[in-house]
Amino acid sequence: MSTPTTLFDKVWDAHVIRQVKDGPDVLFIDRHFIHEVTSPVAFLGLEGRGATVLFPERTFATADHNTPTLNQHLPVADPMSANQLAALERNAAHYGISHWGLGHIKNGIVHVVGPENGITLPGMTIVCGDSHTSTHGAFGAIAFGIGTSEVEMVLATQCIMQPKPKKMRITVNGKPGKAVLPKDVILYIISQTSASGATGYFVEYAGEVFENMSMEGRMTVCNMTIEMGARGGMIAPDQTTLDYLKGRELSPKGEQWNKLVPYWLSLKTDEGATFDLDLTFDAADIEPQITYGTNPGLGTGVTHQIPTADSVKDGSASYKKSLQYMGFAENESMIGKPVDFVFLGSCTNGRIEDFRAFASIVKGRQKADNITAWLVPGSHIVEKQIQEEGILDVLTQAGFELRQPGCSACLAMNEDKVPAGKYAVSTSNRNFEGRQGPGARTLLASPLVAAAAAVTGVVTDPRGLMENA
Amino acid sequence: MAYDKFTILRSSAVPMPNENVDTDQIIPARFLKATERKGFGDNLFRDWRYNNDDTPKADFVLNNPTYSSEGSPRKILVGGKNFGSGSSREHAAWAIYDYGFRCVVSSFFADIFQANSINVGILPVRVSPEFLEKIFAAIEADPTTELEVNLPAQTITLLATGESESFAINEYKKHNLTNGYDDIDYLLSMKEEIGAYAETRPF
Repeated sequence: MSTPTTLFDKVWDAHVIRQVKDGPDVLFIDRHFIHEVTSPVAFLGLEGRGATVLFPERTFATADHNTPTLNQHLPVADPMSANQLAALERNAAHYGISHWGLGHIKNGIVHVVGPENGITLPGMTIVCGDSHTSTHGAFGAIAFGIGTSEVEMVLATQCIMQPKPKKMRITVNGKPGKAVLPKDVILYIISQTSASGATGYFVEYAGEVFENMSMEGRMTVCNMTIEMGARGGMIAPDQTTLDYLKGRELSPKGEQWNKLVPYWLSLKTDEGATFDLDLTFDAADIEPQITYGTNPGLGTGVTHQIPTADSVKDGSASYKKSLQYMGFAENESMIGKPVDFVFLGSCTNGRIEDFRAFASIVKGRQKADNITAWLVPGSHIVEKQIQEEGILDVLTQAGFELRQPGCSACLAMNEDKVPAGKYAVSTSNRNFEGRQGPGARTLLASPLVAAAAAVTGVVTDPRGLMENA
Repeated sequence: MAYDKFTILRSSAVPMPNENVDTDQIIPARFLKATERKGFGDNLFRDWRYNNDDTPKADFVLNNPTYSSEGSPRKILVGGKNFGSGSSREHAAWAIYDYGFRCVVSSFFADIFQANSINVGILPVRVSPEFLEKIFAAIEADPTTELEVNLPAQTITLLATGESESFAINEYKKHNLTNGYDDIDYLLSMKEEIGAYAETRPF
């Protein structure tokens, strides 16, 4: 009988080519995603070394961070953004890398288009110069963000050198309550563990909440795992995973598919395998969440008051600075807080399920006059689904407009910037100071909470708008 | 990418006791649009450092003459817990290096930031929360107080009092930093082994 091992060990150990004495593991990378922001300097480095791309067919390029969300058929106005997009296109063409640039039917946010086209598969190692690469862990892959030096490393050698992280399991059992979405589950977990609580760990999610979750939901959860400091998060592949992948354009087909399925389903943590840390939560304790501070760990139930400085784990000086930036005070209620902007989108919540949830609230209602809403699909494929499912009609009738795919206001590298001092309820992943524009104030929430704010103009409990749903 | 070899560094330090200093503060996203690795130091801590009209904010530590040594920029940045959280953008480490820092000290670093730092030639030194407090107190008492970071011996010392603590670093990474090597040099020497492994992958 072999020693029981974890899902993480099974995938990691299968990719170690060499263990450096007193050093990191040399880890083979199955899939490498690149985008315009973190790759140009890596290609320059490659050139400077006289190296080339070792396996161009294992790298996929898409444009997302900088791209405008209006008039994508026109030349990109910002010359620096245009320059980065051109560099990506040029580098991809030069090295023979598949490139889904602006205007390409498969273009969209890297962590949305990878899975929806069947590039992301269970048992893979996947990296990208973007911290939210952890998204792909939803498929039972080891996926994590890397820096530009490492992008160069993967281009040149298809490997990276990493010490093996510690292992953590987060189990959530029970049934989530009304209006509790995967985003609320992960915001709750981060609020309980803090923005640094999982640093040094790789997380496996277990328990019935994740077993019953859709692939879109699992991606949301794994996406935000990085926000508690973890290297990444993963969920064991199951029938839900297979159903999602089957028939996707680049998914394995026929004989290859049949051969891989038993392997994929073997990728789960054995009974008796141990973790360095095991945390358990009860789904019944989770209500729709909202953040009030300047890191994703500073969040609470939407009906709650802002905690006092002495009740938070992090230092009270940082906490007070955070509330000051947000214009909030201890003990205030979040319900009824005025909102100026609503952002639905990003690699966290720019998928079809998120638009379905948003539409379920706004249907038959009208956008509040004080709200500027940016509804940004994660990809053209999502955009198409929104049209085909009639969601676009619901949004339009309620006074909303749909924009074109990209990262948009999540990090505000394009024109979609929340002005200084304004409040945004955002379905994205970070509420750092200035994240959505210099001086912008971000409240992270689920698509349902975002929709409730969009139709009422203030922070609102979506459950009150779902009575007849 | 070549960087300065790191052995023993002696310098006074810039204190930044804030916790959870995230990469969006170190370098805001709007400065990530360059396609070459240069000039990031000018925008290090941009929104904490400058007003909207580009005038320096007097109360920010990098603008405070108390913590600048005219002619010889301070090479050590001392940060609060969970320094470098957030994005994987290596631009944050480039900005710190480009500004002139060669070492960041904290009681806790975010993983990706720590890896990025070493990859670009910055030594992240993790000290105990108690020693971190001692460092902040010493700088407050005397802003010119010097720290010595000794990579070969893996120690950090408050020179005024001689108080010292050792820090951990992976032997391989230490070797790279002290010699100015990087991982890519190492991996390129393994190309055949990598190629043979790639043949065995099912996808």
